[in-house]
Amino acid sequence: MKYEITREPLALESLIEAVRTDACGAVVAFLGVVRELGDGDQPVDGLSYEAYPAMALPEMRAIGEEASHKFGEARLAIAHRIGDLRLGEASVAVAVAAPHRGVAFDACEYAIDQLKERVPIWKKEHFRSGEARWRPNAPRP
Amino acid sequence: MRVRILAFAGVREIVGAAQRTVEVPAGATAGRVWDDLAREFPRLSEIARSTRLARNGALVERDAALQDGDELAVMPPFGGG
Repeated sequence: MKYEITREPLALESLIEAVRTDACGAVVAFLGVVRELGDGDQPVDGLSYEAYPAMALPEMRAIGEEASHKFGEARLAIAHRIGDLRLGEASVAVAVAAPHRGVAFDACEYAIDQLKERVPIWKKEHFRSGEARWRPNAPRP
Repeated sequence: MRVRILAFAGVREIVGAAQRTVEVPAGATAGRVWDDLAREFPRLSEIARSTRLARNGALVERDAALQDGDELAVMPPFGGG
């Protein structure tokens, strides 16, 4: 319903507005935020993200449509931020509205799992030590 | 024919540019263009096996034939989310 890649801070409210209808009794929202410790034990100051938007946006849309069909009657919006992010800032947001919560939770989890696997976006960890490293997504824990 | 290479993340840093246009023989495959690039930038060999290729925004295998004006994206493992 709404898919975007933006350099601006993510606005969850506008995603929720994009998906909610009067038929929906549940809205599930997910935010991925920059955390201090990545999978290693070196503290991170921030992350920078880059994307291939011409491929990433259609893939995000495809994931949203798949989730909608797979779980039935779910309406999804997905936004990813690119550029430099500090600790605590949101890098990705998913909003799902559905008649009932089970569908909304399932569709939201599906969307974020698929995004990490399929959407051409990259993140670089900037360590407090001054070093930096591109960090690929690990299989889901 | 001319092909535009789009380099991302670690590949972009090694190549030193986000885009470059290369002249290749007609019918050249995606793998051939990638191999040429990896030959020019030996550090790419470290990530060559995990790198995926996309032609005009769609994932392709190495044997995909390219056409004049195609964009070939060279993509290391994704890290979105």
